[in-house]
Amino acid sequence: MLSVSLNGMFFKNPLILASGVLDESGDTMVRIARAGAGGIVTKSIGSEERVGYPNPVICELPDGMGIINAVGLANPGIDSYGDEIKIAKKGGVPVIGSIFGSSPEEFVFLAKKMEGYGVDAVELNLSCPHARGYGMEVGTDKGLVEEIVSEVKKAVRVPVWAKLTPNTHSLIEIAKSASAADALVLINTVRGMAIDIDARLPVLSNRLGGLSGPCIKPIGVRAVYEVSSELDTPVVGVGGITSGRDAIEYIMAGAKAVEVGTAVYLRGISVFSQIAREMEEWMLKNDVGSIDELVGVAQRR
Amino acid sequence: MYRVVEIKEIVDEAKNVKTFRFEDESRPEPGQFYMVWLPGIDEFPMSISYIGNLKGFTVKKIGAGTSRMHELHVGDRLWIRGPYGNGFEIRAGKALVVGGGSGMATLAPLIEKLENKDIIIAAKSKDELVFLNRFRDLKPIIATDDGSMGYRGFATDLAEELLAKNDYDMVYTCGPEPMMSAMVQIAKKYGVEIQASLERFMKCGIGICDSCSINGYRVCVDGPVFKSSILFSMTELGKVRRAPSGKKEELG
Repeated sequence: MLSVSLNGMFFKNPLILASGVLDESGDTMVRIARAGAGGIVTKSIGSEERVGYPNPVICELPDGMGIINAVGLANPGIDSYGDEIKIAKKGGVPVIGSIFGSSPEEFVFLAKKMEGYGVDAVELNLSCPHARGYGMEVGTDKGLVEEIVSEVKKAVRVPVWAKLTPNTHSLIEIAKSASAADALVLINTVRGMAIDIDARLPVLSNRLGGLSGPCIKPIGVRAVYEVSSELDTPVVGVGGITSGRDAIEYIMAGAKAVEVGTAVYLRGISVFSQIAREMEEWMLKNDVGSIDELVGVAQRR
Repeated sequence: MYRVVEIKEIVDEAKNVKTFRFEDESRPEPGQFYMVWLPGIDEFPMSISYIGNLKGFTVKKIGAGTSRMHELHVGDRLWIRGPYGNGFEIRAGKALVVGGGSGMATLAPLIEKLENKDIIIAAKSKDELVFLNRFRDLKPIIATDDGSMGYRGFATDLAEELLAKNDYDMVYTCGPEPMMSAMVQIAKKYGVEIQASLERFMKCGIGICDSCSINGYRVCVDGPVFKSSILFSMTELGKVRRAPSGKKEELG
């Protein structure tokens, strides 16, 4: 009922762990897979070990709105990551290696390494909103995006996903420049800031960060809708998905699958099986036999 | 978001260890922790050492953040969020409590709730023993590595002697990881249940960043207090931790 095939990968359900949440260590990724996730995207890995920003790196927003984070692309470096992938694969679900770089050459280097470690696909982080020289600073340059995607596509055989930023006025143009990817992942976090008025300072040590959680869902749904109306490249939806209804909303907007991150904080690691159950309940009530039937139904074509 | 609390009292407990008392209405369980933010300096996890309305953090100076905290005065403010994590589960029966160094801070509110207990307060040396006065009436057994006070030797050796002589229903421990790791093995050997409050470099404190995970278990949300079944399964305990980058490193 919930199973999805995408780029030749089989997902038992369309609920994939989003990059940056509980996906640094192989053991944790196995635990998430066993808790019901249909797939796993790793933490974004770069060429060198990187400690990220000092604490505080997250700010919890009230009333379950979400969080703002600026972890700063902390990662052990690609050379230390083979073991983690090997362990993560024991979870029995597709493992998608997220990578970040500043140039096409760096992305190619990382993608080849990830492929060598045995990932099922790579996800290009073209959208982290809080790291100088990486993420959205690369991902808002259309020419660079096109070159990175096409060079990585040439260099590896596994599917290549491109994760794009909502922090732009030209989302469609950027999506077009990345359309050679096997799938587009929309959206990364939205640039935001929180100031503690008693401290008279931004909470995050990096000052600005990426906003995630239920408060950004309408931005993600709009982005998925716009891009999948324009392009034939499959879209993976992400941003604020916390319930079965949220996941179905993204799928109706045009997403083939979705990624779930902040909801792990809001509902615990059993969130994947909870959302899957909620989707199935809704589908049974509404006489929908397969989740594929719902992809893009909200679009006027 | 943070609550701002004012420091009401500061007590020197031992070498490089101070207690900061403050009022806060949250209701933590023994073993839970808070994230403490010193704006512009650092944010770090801190277990609660007094759980009444007049609460306390008992802080050992170890890094930039805790060193700066030691420079604070009565009337200065702390920014806190929490309580977080799972605390100790209090079981009926006789307990053995093994506290090493500033690990006593975490165990102190538990000790006050336990009815039937033997307490080991241990440290490298006499001047690093924490809460001797607080628990004087409970007649704790003192151990120092250098023999400067009480039993000469490791807390774990003393604990093993007690486990060999007496029947305990639960061991509670907090202290340096080599001590806790050894304690877990000893409890296993004697067939006694154990709860240990573990420590790792922590970033988010809310279970999403994976920085503090041990064998897939998050110290911040699944712990910091873990029970026997999980402790016995942890192959990384006492051996491997993760650097702030997430890279695995051997525990020295």
